[in-house]
Amino acid sequence: MTPDTLAALTAARAAKRPVVLATQVPGGAQLLLPAPDAPAPLAEAAARALDRDESGTVTLDGAEWFLNVYNPPMRLIVVGAVHIAQALVPMAAQLGLAVVVVDPRRSFASDERFPNVTVMTDWPDEALDALAPDSRTAVVTLTHDPKLDDPALDRALKSDAFYIGALGSRRTHAARLKRLRELGHSEAAMARIRGPVGLNIEAVTAPEIALSVLAEFVAVRRHSPLADKAETAAAA
Amino acid sequence: MSMQQADDILAVAAEWRAAGEQVALATVTQTWGSSPRPAGSQLAVTRSGKMAGSVSGGCIEGAVAEAAMQTLDSGTPQLLDFGITNERAWEVGLACGGKLKVFVEKLA
Repeated sequence: MTPDTLAALTAARAAKRPVVLATQVPGGAQLLLPAPDAPAPLAEAAARALDRDESGTVTLDGAEWFLNVYNPPMRLIVVGAVHIAQALVPMAAQLGLAVVVVDPRRSFASDERFPNVTVMTDWPDEALDALAPDSRTAVVTLTHDPKLDDPALDRALKSDAFYIGALGSRRTHAARLKRLRELGHSEAAMARIRGPVGLNIEAVTAPEIALSVLAEFVAVRRHSPLADKAETAAAA
Repeated sequence: MSMQQADDILAVAAEWRAAGEQVALATVTQTWGSSPRPAGSQLAVTRSGKMAGSVSGGCIEGAVAEAAMQTLDSGTPQLLDFGITNERAWEVGLACGGKLKVFVEKLA
């Protein structure tokens, strides 16, 4: 890899631009895509690889190309700078997620409690409007407080967020769904919310609950059959 | 690499290179069967013997590091084949029974 290619790749990643490094194998010629002068078949294959988020080898005009996908990190928006969030944030960072914590209560959302992470003290609906969750974003609400959780879930349901989780017991969740229904959300839309959040591993402590949430996140992201079993209660 | 995500091998490789190390980068390009690491997984190796990342569960890293030294010497990239149908497998041994290709290049 030439210094120019490495610099361009590093810059793209720093700017969170999705790119593909195409390498002809075994020769080693390289091209960073998208690029205006790229051959159309290669550009199309790169676009598909980005879309699927899957690196792999393609053969085009008899030449073999390895397409290495560099998508920006997936995002996790955590609503509620609570004790469980303190366990969740470092674990999520370890998984490579870009984490944002949202909580208007400044005594919770302090830098002291959440070092090295982006903390927003806006109201959750405003914060989510600003963050604009996309298909590579997960939203998890942890406050247990309808004033804070509901506006976040309302915005998350209106977004393309691929994972939406809400902490709370089955009873809490049923009451929550009733309120969201009153805001105009359909049953089908609300089925996107994983509540109680997390895989059922009988989690008790804050780190265990964080683990169950992230296990479910991975199950959804990797299309594991476990992702369908989420109705069984995990974190309460 | 404190602020980097743990598996950001490219960033580690770039840091090593910026610090004056000779660095080779190995990348899994194709897998078949039960290979433990997917295409795109990377291993960075320096002339001085530092390693970051992985291209398998650990069974071929030694052989890849050896090939990386050749590529650092020659500057020529290599496409390595590992798997049960390949003679190398008997030398290296892929405990998982998988099969994979690894591209090795110099970070020039």
